[in-house]
This record gives sequence, structure tokens and C-alpha cells, in this order.
Amino acid sequence: MTAQSATVRISDDAVALALGADRLAAAFEQAGATVERVSSWGMHWFEPLVEIDGIGYGNATSADVAAILAGTAPDIGRISDHPFIARQQRLTFARAGKTRPLSLEDYQASGGWAGLSQARAIGPEATLEQVIASGLRGRGGAGFPTGIKWKTVANAPADRKYIVCNADEGDSGTFADRMVMEGDPYMLIEGMAIAAHAVGASKGYVYIRSEYPHAIAKMRAAAQACAHIIAPFEVEITVGAGAYVCGEETSLLNSLEGRRGEVRAKPPLPALKGLFGQPTVINNVLSLAAVPWILQHGGEAYAAYGMGRSRGTMPIQLAGNIKHGGLYETAFGVTLGELVNDIGGGTASGRPVRAVQVGGPLGAYIPVDQFHLPFDYEAFAAADALIGHAGVTVFDDSVDMARMARFALEFCAAESCGKCTPCRLGSVRGVEVMDEIIAGHDVTGNLALIEDLSETMKYGSLCALGGFTPYPVMSALTHFREDFVGEHAMEPAE
Amino acid sequence: MTYQPQADFGTPAIKSTEQVTLTIDGRDITVPAGSSVMRAAAEMGTSIPKLCATDSLESFGSCRLCLVEIDGRRGTPASCTTPVEPGMVVHTQTPQLQKLRKGVMELYISDHPLDCLTCAANGDCELQDQAGAVGLRDVRYPVAASHLGQAKDHSNPYFDFDPSKCIVCSRCVRACDEVQGTLALTVESRGFGSKISAGLASDNFMGSECVSCGACVQACPTATLVEKKVVEIGTPDRSVVTTCAYCGVGCTFRAEMRGEQLVRMVPWKDGKANRGHSCVKGRFAWGYAQHAERILSPMIRDQIDQPWREVSWDKALSFAADRLNAIKAQHGPSALGGITSSRCTNEETFLVQKLVRAGFGSNNVDTCARVCHSPTGYGLKTTFGTSAGTQDFDSVEDSDVILVIGANPTDAHPVFASRMKKRLRGKDGRPGAKLIVVDPRRTDLVKSPHIEADHHLALRPGTNVAVLTALAHVIVTEGLADEAFIRERCDWDEYTHWAEFVSLPTNSPETLAAVTQVPAEIVRAAARTYATGGTGRGDVSQRPKINAAIYYGLGVTEHSQGSSTVMAIANLAMATGNIGRRGVGVNPLRGQNNVQGACDMGSFPHELSGYRHISDGSARALFEADWGVSLDPEPGLRIPNMLDAAVDGSFRAIYIQGEDILQSDPNTHHVAAGLAAMDCVIVHDLFLNETANYAHVFLPGSTFLEKDGTFTNAERRIQLVRKVMTPLNGMEDWEVTQALANALGLGWSYNHPSEIMDEISRLTPSFAGVSFARLDQEGSLQWPVNDANPDGSPIMHVDGFVRGKGKFVVTDYVPTDEKTGPRFPLLLTTGRILSQYNVGAQTRRTDNSRWHEEDVLEIHPVDAEDRGLKTGDWVKLASRAGETTLRTLVTDRVAPGVVYTTFHHPDTQANVVTTDYSDWATNCPEYKVTAVQISASNGPSDWQRDYEALSERSRRVVHTEAAE
Repeated sequence: MTAQSATVRISDDAVALALGADRLAAAFEQAGATVERVSSWGMHWFEPLVEIDGIGYGNATSADVAAILAGTAPDIGRISDHPFIARQQRLTFARAGKTRPLSLEDYQASGGWAGLSQARAIGPEATLEQVIASGLRGRGGAGFPTGIKWKTVANAPADRKYIVCNADEGDSGTFADRMVMEGDPYMLIEGMAIAAHAVGASKGYVYIRSEYPHAIAKMRAAAQACAHIIAPFEVEITVGAGAYVCGEETSLLNSLEGRRGEVRAKPPLPALKGLFGQPTVINNVLSLAAVPWILQHGGEAYAAYGMGRSRGTMPIQLAGNIKHGGLYETAFGVTLGELVNDIGGGTASGRPVRAVQVGGPLGAYIPVDQFHLPFDYEAFAAADALIGHAGVTVFDDSVDMARMARFALEFCAAESCGKCTPCRLGSVRGVEVMDEIIAGHDVTGNLALIEDLSETMKYGSLCALGGFTPYPVMSALTHFREDFVGEHAMEPAE
Repeated sequence: MTYQPQADFGTPAIKSTEQVTLTIDGRDITVPAGSSVMRAAAEMGTSIPKLCATDSLESFGSCRLCLVEIDGRRGTPASCTTPVEPGMVVHTQTPQLQKLRKGVMELYISDHPLDCLTCAANGDCELQDQAGAVGLRDVRYPVAASHLGQAKDHSNPYFDFDPSKCIVCSRCVRACDEVQGTLALTVESRGFGSKISAGLASDNFMGSECVSCGACVQACPTATLVEKKVVEIGTPDRSVVTTCAYCGVGCTFRAEMRGEQLVRMVPWKDGKANRGHSCVKGRFAWGYAQHAERILSPMIRDQIDQPWREVSWDKALSFAADRLNAIKAQHGPSALGGITSSRCTNEETFLVQKLVRAGFGSNNVDTCARVCHSPTGYGLKTTFGTSAGTQDFDSVEDSDVILVIGANPTDAHPVFASRMKKRLRGKDGRPGAKLIVVDPRRTDLVKSPHIEADHHLALRPGTNVAVLTALAHVIVTEGLADEAFIRERCDWDEYTHWAEFVSLPTNSPETLAAVTQVPAEIVRAAARTYATGGTGRGDVSQRPKINAAIYYGLGVTEHSQGSSTVMAIANLAMATGNIGRRGVGVNPLRGQNNVQGACDMGSFPHELSGYRHISDGSARALFEADWGVSLDPEPGLRIPNMLDAAVDGSFRAIYIQGEDILQSDPNTHHVAAGLAAMDCVIVHDLFLNETANYAHVFLPGSTFLEKDGTFTNAERRIQLVRKVMTPLNGMEDWEVTQALANALGLGWSYNHPSEIMDEISRLTPSFAGVSFARLDQEGSLQWPVNDANPDGSPIMHVDGFVRGKGKFVVTDYVPTDEKTGPRFPLLLTTGRILSQYNVGAQTRRTDNSRWHEEDVLEIHPVDAEDRGLKTGDWVKLASRAGETTLRTLVTDRVAPGVVYTTFHHPDTQANVVTTDYSDWATNCPEYKVTAVQISASNGPSDWQRDYEALSERSRRVVHTEAAE
């Protein structure tokens, strides 16, 4: 092909931008090619990834432009045939890498708005039935059946109801929400519009963390561009202010209302008394993003994927010390070992995997001997672990698990809203006690204190920030006790 | 007996007709649906450990001590935020819960000073109590970071803030939000760094928006917020419930004492007027009782230019009696008169009017209501048949629309204003009530945190009747009147006559806009909101019935058309059917703690107690039989008339109890002239006030802490005042009046105020069922208390008006004679401020002066600029009556052409400027409209300097040696 006839697709996703995608795109344009900025395929180790007629050129730089256009540069083959992509079941991320995020034509041509049309055709009650039949559970981590939540809101008598999308994605090592907002914003808005139709809401808000400027800009543009399609439903984009705790649903609602981002006690549930005291559907980005597909293809089709009571697909985010990091959407049931070793390719450093943290900084550390665990809400819970937002962070054998336990408490202390005692005070005291343990002072006594503190935080905290901090702490202690006790194993008890 | 605070059930009581039965610790309990598990347990006598929950505030769920186990539910939910369910089985004490509670408490104590034994909260600290309750025995944490050693904030004169002891339960923040509605407090930062702040980081409590109501101090479970008196004295050991002596809300407090020393006043949770809340005055400003300026010994002098001589009671009383008898002999009974106090008890007021009628032999008795709410008495008696408000304060909770005219409750009736604000803010999906404010100024109700009036009618002072007529015009001509109600309850002919009048084109909002300065569309919108709740126009029968209530104050009554305005208000309420149930009505916000009572007791020259006209033969006969005297059937002199007659020479002696007419009445020069012309002025008060400058006899009075009796608040609620300390002056006020009466040979022998109330009850039909025993049992009673209403009357005119049919009265707008012109182009109106009370006799003698050290003149920026004035400049304020000088405050709260000041400080002499114009029916002075001019000045006026000199001369006292 000639330079003039080539359409070069490069992502404008934040990961790609961080790796020089804008400079690369400019270089291609200078060379006379037509450049389309598309969403990311989610193969982070290849970015910036260049695609021409379906063929991918990984880790491209400006120096490779001429060779790529001439067809002489080494390629990774057809991207959609790459095992990383081919093995996935991309229902939510079907468009990833293929469409221009803000192009209404691209969206429509790839099945966009079909879900909303269907919902409008079958009516609110039938829409609810489809979502219930799909078995979709809250993808933010709580795993509550989405259809039931919507039904509660639909049945609540009120003159105003709201849809709130939780786009605060604060967990380290997660990026699926960001990829949806930057790569397929209309899909998220369509999901919210379907929810609004089902429950009788007139207004929706997307609460995006302040640290996602590209997502904020894309969502604002998208909301404006498709306003006429989703009308009379209106969507407003709001921005957080640097607080992880505002990813907790009630704290998010307080922040949206202009108050301190403090957690609210439940009951009452936001479904009945949420934003401004009105019945509110508050869902994670991935939950809402899954809905258009469900309405287009039917709830039963979605439920056909998965295992046990975990139906449908989960967009898993592979990150940390991993060779092949990125977005891997697949049906529930895949094992942790398959994800980390086969698909992820093991560690980036090449050293053996020692631990994997699933579900963000408050997820349990899972040792290698538990890699048979299937991705399933109940199976993980039974193993004292959690799926959360499906972030999978890999650590090699150079990790010090005592310091990771300390980090969990430090993270809790830094992000605590401060309302409840176990989290506000317990996290700080926990860090101090861990420092004593790491320094080798009264290790036995202090470990017992950490266990008591963990129990207090787990059962006493007002929300999952304090409530789940014991997961990383206790899992580290249970599975990697040697890092805590170490050469102090013979320390006399006090 | 050791100190016992009032019981705390943890979360608020829920009103519900549905009941739920559940099992707690093996015992069944039935509570209203919506109650929390914590409350149900508390009502059963089980106190689940708690720190952040308190029953004056909504549950918060932050301390995590109150965890319980519930069969069938995972985990350990907080009992404060868990509503009861039928058949729920709860366990409040299990090994797991014990461990968790200890764990939480261990964390608390790891960050708390351990100086319990010397802490102000020792013995009165919930943290202490709960640490004991959960069995904490040691703190294992190797503490590094802590909040100890932080600087204390002593800025507020009444309480201290010690951040080191704060457990971040947020009760103070929530109290300032939910109870008071000021929202001055917040939590700064987050997590471990969370810190209670009174505003910005640079604000301390004194500099912030805090109004010092003390709700946060009361709510604080530790010594973080504590009364300075408790720090100084220690914990109280007993408490006595009594009623506040400041404003017409009538808050009831537990006076917490140690011996005869008052440690603190804590609002009584069961007080039906205040429901556990208070303002800065009632809670903290009681120090005037021990102020150095309080006069404790009787004093006399022959001429007012002589110094006072301290004498014994016998000497003072016989001196007074001699003079009174001489004047009576020479000039007749009509030369003597008295003024009852609106701040003394019902019993005391009754005795003063009895003294005048039975002792002096005339009806020359009057009270301060003359200058504030006398138009209420006239107006509501004429239209409804009762000279008082129609509801209780709780009624505001059921209002859908609230119209406030001529009142500034956030300053003048703060505890009621907080309740109104709660209703305005709405909650849990119930929308707040709509608000219409008619006031020349932008008061806090017009706009302040979380409060915004739907309609603000910023009218020109003096045009109330025009505005109300315009509103009526809209209601009648747009078909918004409730004809079914009018036909049933009012005189239909009078209604049609009135309706014709208000429907005239000359009474339309468009025509009257020129006079009122309120744009017609605002008047129309407000009228529609009042009549329909803002749901729009349409057939009355199709609309849902809404509750609209009117609250009004002195901005209505203190005008030359005060009585007309009251009647216009009554007309509106009747026309829209807003009478006779909860949430509606006509509510005068009475000012003084017992002005309602003073009026009830027959303090007016034309009325006996219970508002029976003196010419009514059967009423008079009742009194004559009981008192053994014959009574003059002719109405006597009102205060302004007494002063006129004094200048004239026909009125020569007066007994004034608890009233400072020289500072509070209009046209100071005239008052001074009247007093100066009299031969015998007896002042019975706590301090040498302004009136005392012209007195010959000074009888020292007692404070509300030093007497038994009753006060009646703006709700017609009679509440007990209980004595907690021996009167420093030697006698309770009723005893002083009795002594004076006996010096005149009347032979009274009351032993206790309850006997006086029994007499009142005998002689006054609306008080037939009232007695101290009954009040003690019920807590309070709202009159009428009679066979038809044996338990009192929270809502009046339920089935019919007291006078029979409600009367519509045509109120034509008659502009006041007080007109602006080239010489006096601005209009002065007056009002009150939160921290000072009226003439400031009490509050100026407390630390409340820190908030308001002088009266200032509010002036609009345009008017200020015209005259080259800026905030803080001295200005001369002149009217046709006189002039004075004070400092300015440039603000846009007032409209151009209007200026505003308060009258709390005698050296401001604001009433030098006010005129003789008054209400046509009652002579209530037109304080609210005075034509003035303002110009730059370089200091106090000549009159002020002369007056200051006169006061100083007049207050010289020659002390006797200790005779005992």
C-alpha cells in the first residue's frame, strides 16, 4: 500500500498517550497517512499499537513509521487472531480497538443504540425482566444482583429518581472503567439511559475521579453529542476531588450533593433514599456498560456465560509485575492460574510469582497454591478472598509481605473518611503496630494485637474501606507468616 | 443524690400509628414502626453502649459501639441505624460483641488524654461511662500519632473548646445542623486528621458564624465542649425545671445547681415549647442576677435631683404609702396608676392590677404590650374572639406554606426559628415548606445556609395593609378563596362586602405596587403560593388541601395601622380556610416571656383578666364579691395617656414594675417630661434603669431564679417558674407588691403564689382548670382550660370561632402621617438582635455584650455613598421628634431609602427619634416608621451628653451602714 491510501489506527487511550501515541500519530500524518484515533485493544505491553487493515505493529515509535507504511516492519499478525484477544469473550469490550470513541456513526454501525431501542420497544417492566434474567451482578465488587436493585428503585414511589454511575475507579491496578469511558463512552451512556427507562429516572450523573482528565473530557463530549438520542433522559458529568473513599456509593452521593465525602449508614439503601433523598440506581461503570448488550441479545444469552451464580463475563484487569498486562474479558470460571501464567505470561521480571492481589488494595493476597481458584464470587469468598473490581496485581518473590500488610493499613489511613472509629483510628494504630513488628519488637504480642485489630475493623467498620483492610493484612499474615516472624521466630513472648 | 442527666434514648422518638413488636435479649417490646433497635432497647431499660448517638439528633452510625447481633442477619449491625422489624430477635450482649466493643474503646482511649480526675467532665462524661460499661482494662497500642496537647479555644465567653479530648463523634456538627440550623461547625480534613472546626481554619468559635446557642456543648459527650461555669465550679448535684425569663418562646430548662449556686441551665427535653433546645440568652446569659449593679436594698429620695438613700423595707414602703395616700386625697384615685411587668409572673402581674383597681381605686393600669402586641389583642379579638395566637409551636411541623410578616424569628425567637427552619429544609424526600417573607430587610429567613424564601416582598415600611390587601385581591379575583369554609364558619355577608372591597381595581397588586414598592408579579406569586401551596391555580375543590400558616411580629403591630394589619392577616387566613387544625393559623410571635400572661391577667385599662371589658357588669361583680371592694366601671388611662395627663397635671403617681418606659417607649422627650411632672414615681426593678432617673422610690426586685410562679408564652402555654435560690433582695416580687398593698391597708395575706393562681382561676373562666398542682403534673397547660377543654387547648377555633362566626373586617390602607420629605427623606425602622434582649437591662450585664456592644445604623450603599459615609462612621440620626448619634454599618440588607437600627443600648437613645404616631385602635407606637435624615457627625449629640450626665447624677447612692 502507499502512504496516501493507508488508514492508520492508533489509540488515544491514556496508556497509549503515556507511551507516546500522540507523537506517533503526528509522525504518521506527516508521512501522509490518514490517522484514526481509536480506543485501545487493551494489550498494554504492545502500546502504542498501530493497526493497518487489521494487522498490528506493536511498540511502534516515530522511527518505525516509514517501515510500517512500506509494509516491511515486523508485525504481530492479525490483532483479532492474537491468542490474548482470541481467547476472550468480549461482550462489553466488543468495540475495543475498532471504533473511534466519539464517532456516532462508528457507534451506530457497530450495533450502538440497539439496546436502548429494544428497551423502549419492550417497556420498563420487560427491560427489568431481561436484566434480572441476565444474572448481572454489581461489577464494582459488591456483587449485588443488578436487576433486583433496579426493581427496588422502579417500585419506590417518588416524583424524581436518579441514575448515578460510579466512575471513581480508585483501586490501584484497575483501568476497565477508564477504558470504557475513554474508548466506548456512548455504550456507558446507553446503559444509563436503559436503566433510566426501566426505573423511571429523568436524570443521570457520572461521577468520575478527578485523576482521569481524558475520561472526563470524552464523557462530557459524548454526553453532549448524544443528548438528542437519550432524551428526555439527561446525563451530567461530575468530577471527584481526590478521595478513594468516594468510590463507596454513599460517600459518592454525599460528594455529588456537595457535602463532605463521608460514608452514610445503611439502611436506608440508596435504592430508596439515595441522591438528594430520592430513589437512586447507583452502579459501577462495568455494570451499566454490560446492559446494552443484554438488551440487544437478551438476558438469557448473557446468562449463558459464566459459572454457578456468577453469570456473564468479567472484564479482568491484569496488572502489576506481569508480562502481558491489559484488559481480559472472559466468562466467570477462568482460574487464577490460567490468568496469571497462561494468559498473563507470568511476571514481567521473569522471577517466580509469589502472590497475586485480586480486587484492588483491599483485596486478599492469594498464594500460588491457590491458583486453582475459579473466578467466581462465591468461590473467592469461600477462600477469604474477593473479586472486587477484578483487578489482578501480580508480585514476584522479591515482595516483602509484611510491608505489604503495612501498606494496606497505610492506604486505609490515608484514604479514610474519618467517620467511624475502627477505620479512623485503627488504620493509624495498625501502621504503628506493623512498624513495631517489622522492627522485631514483641512480634508475638503485636501479631495478636493485629489480629484483634483486624477483627474490630472487619466487623466494626462502617464501610468496606475499614471493613476490607483486614483482607490484605490477614491474608498476608496467614499465607506468608514467614515475612512477619522471620528471624524473630524465637522472640520470647512478653 | 448524685447528678443525673435526663435519660437519652439514643435516637429520636418516631411518631407512627403502626406498632412493631420485637424481642431483645429474650424480652418482647412494642414500639412505633421506624424506631431504631437502640431506642427500643432503651425504652425497655437496656442501654446499649453508644457515643455518637443521642436522641436529639438523627442516627449517624460512626462510633461503632452499639453493635448488636440479630438472628438471621450476617455480621454485627449498628443498633442505632437499624430499624425494628416485626419478629426481629436481637442480642445486645454476646462474647463477640464484648470483644468488638472493647476493641473500639481501646482505639478511642489510645488517642485520649488520661486526666479524668482533673477533667471538667469527671462524673459527667459519656466516654468515661462507656469505657466502664464495656469493661476496658488496658490499652495495648504503642501509641505514636495522637491529638493530645492541642491548643484550647477560650474565645467564647461561655464555653471552652478543647480539641485534644474530641472523639470526632460529630454530635456538635450535627446539632448545629439539625437542632439549631446555623451550620457553623464542620469537620475539617479527613481520616485521622479529622478536626472539628467552627468555620475556616482561621476561625475560632467567637469569630465564626456560631450563635452560641450551646446545642453543641449540650450534645458533646466529653469535655471537649464544656461550659466555663462547670470548669470553674464542678458538676451540679441537683436540677430544678423552670422557665426562661427572656422571650415569648418560653423555653423550659433544668436549672442545675450546687446548693444555691447555679452551675448551668440545660434545656429540658420534655419542654413542649423548646423541645430540648435554647438560645444564647436563656442558656448562658443569667449572670445579671449577680451583677454588681443589681440593687439589693430599697431606696428613697424626696426630689429626683437628690442622691438615693438606702433605707429599710418598712421605711421605703411607708414613705411610698404616705405619698400615694396624699396624692389620692388631694387629686382623686384617677391621679394614680401602675404599669405591670410583662416579665414578672402571672401571679405578680395579677397582684399589681389588683393593687391599682382595689387599692388605688382606678383602672389606670397598663403593660408593655401597649407598645408591642396590643394590636394583636384588638385585632384577633375582633375577628376571631380571642386575643392570642391560634396554634402551638409544634404546629409548624405540619405546615406546607409559611408566611412570615414583620418578624425576624432567627434573631428574636431563635428557638422557634430553628423549628421553623427544620420544616423549611424538608427531610428524606418530604419537601420543605414554602416560605413567603414580607419584610423591608433581607432577614436571615430570606436567605441563609439551606434556607431561601420562595418569595421576598421587600415592602416600603408602613405599607403592610396595602400588601395584604393586594394579596387578598389576588386570592379573591383568581378564585382561590375557600368558599365552603367561609360559608360554614364566617359571616357570609361580611365576607362578600370584604371581597368586593379587595377586588376593586385600586386594590390590585399592579396599582398598589407604586405604594408598596413590591412588583406585582411577586405579590401574585406569593398569593398563589399561600392559597394553593404553589401547586398552581385551579378549582379549589380539586386541589389537595394544604396547610398555610402566618407568623407575625412587631413589624405588623408597631404601626399606625397595626390593628388593621392584624385584622387583614386574619382575613387572609379565614378566606383560605387556614384555621382550626394543625399546620395553619395566625401566630403572633409575642416578645416577652410573659407578655401574653400580662395581657391575660387584666393589665389593660379597659379589661379585667380573661379579656372581659371593665364595663361588663357581671364580670365586675365577680371581682367585687371576691375582693370586697367596688370597682370603677370606666376604662382607665393607657401609658401614653398617663404621660399626657402627667404633663397636664392630673396624673401624679405611678407604680412601675419591671418596665423601663424611658428607654423602650417612643418619643423619649415626652416620656421624660411626663415622669418629671409626677410627684411619686415608684420603680420596682432589678437595676437602676433609665426610668429610675425620675423615680422617688426604688423597690429592689427578684429574678426568675428567685421566685415561684408561672409564665405564659406565645402559645398560651402556662409553665411553672420554680425558685432555685433565695432572693438576694430579700423578697420575691409578689411579696413586694403585697407589702406595698398592705402598707396601704389592703390586708393581703397570700403565703404562696399558688394561692394567687387559685384566685385567678376562680375569677377567670379560661383559667378555670389551672392550678399549680395540675401544672406540676402536666408540665404545662395551654389556656383555655375549662370544662370544654379539660386538658387545655393546643389548637383554637377547631369547630367554630370563639366569637361564633369569624368576622371579615374591611381594612382600607391609610398611609401614616409620618411622611418623608426633603428634610427627612429616609425611613427608619427598628428591630432586634439575637444576643441582646430588648432594652438590654439583663443582657448588657452579661457577656452577651461581646457580640453587640453598641447599636449601629444599617444603611444601604447608595444612601451611604450619597452622604460620603462608610462603615464605622458616626452619624447624626434626626427626625421631627429629636436626634441622636450612632455608628453606621453599610449593607445591602436594607433597601435604598430605608435605614435600620436596634434599641438595646440606652446611650443610643434610639427612641429620641421615634414619634408619637401610633395605632388608631390601641395606641401601639409606630416604632417601625420614622422619617429621618442622616448626616456625618463627630460624636454623640448634645442630648446624649446631657442625658449621660443626668443619669450619672441620678444614680448616686448614699449607702447606710450595716444596720443589722
